[in-house]
Amino acid sequence: MKQFEVEVKVWLKPSVFDPQGHAVHGALVSLGFEGAGEVRIGKFIQMTLEAEDEQAAARQVDEMCQKVLANPVMETYAFEIRERGQ
Amino acid sequence: MRWAVVVFPGSNCDRDAEQAIRLVTGDAVDLVWHDAEDLSAYDAIVLPGGFSYGDYLRAGAIARFSPVVRAVAREAERGKPVIGICNGFQILTEAGLLPGALLANHHLQFRCEIAKLRVETNDSPFTRLYQPGEVIRIPIAHGEGRYHAEPEVLDELRRDGRVAFRYVENPNGSVDDIAGILNARRNVLGLMPHPERAVIDWMGSEDGIRMFQSIRAHVEEGQTHA
Repeated sequence: MKQFEVEVKVWLKPSVFDPQGHAVHGALVSLGFEGAGEVRIGKFIQMTLEAEDEQAAARQVDEMCQKVLANPVMETYAFEIRERGQ
Repeated sequence: MRWAVVVFPGSNCDRDAEQAIRLVTGDAVDLVWHDAEDLSAYDAIVLPGGFSYGDYLRAGAIARFSPVVRAVAREAERGKPVIGICNGFQILTEAGLLPGALLANHHLQFRCEIAKLRVETNDSPFTRLYQPGEVIRIPIAHGEGRYHAEPEVLDELRRDGRVAFRYVENPNGSVDDIAGILNARRNVLGLMPHPERAVIDWMGSEDGIRMFQSIRAHVEEGQTHA
């Protein structure tokens, strides 16, 4: 078994209004960052995972995202997997 | 008849629901802990409001893995009435017993006030004692009540008359002013407003009474016919 470090990002789908991102965008513009475009705010999840190989780890993380880490009705996700100590 | 009010760690409207149902119907009401695996002894099931599991990750996201939610799904499949109020609605969507999802209010504020709702259908165990189109006053208290669903889901809800309640003045940015929806079989209702907080004159409204009476009438009728 190998040890992996996993980083998952979860954020609202493009079709879903993100009021937090909208509010933060307003703050950025009022601070003078005129160039700030649309802001989207999401979650960042870090974990360690033990798995046979990287493929098995990816399969598990994807299932975790589908079942609990993200709600596919309103959210989308992406993840990165790195073997520990590599 | 016998009612179950499910209690999750972090539920906080469980006792309100229990007392309201007892007051309105005179029936037996049990508070049932979230590790219960069998709800077959109950005629109606209530998932109350609150912040189950601290709303960690997403409202209702962790609660849906409680053993009791599997039991709720089983009884729903048998056709028993299941009502999810506020956090209970969020749990029902996370569990896939109702379509769509509840997101942060579009203005990011927590809204606690009496809301006017239009009863869109009385063809359900929960609304049979209301008139379609009737406007009722029921309190809301939520920060994450913005109903969201994909266009094809919304089309289906509208086509089949499964939008049970709409806000007269949308308080949270919900799509199509939706405040409560039914499942396809019409025996599962989820709504953000709190009918248990509108059952006595001093609460500011008694319009929630008929929701519990409707459920009772539905169950009693089923028992007579059985």
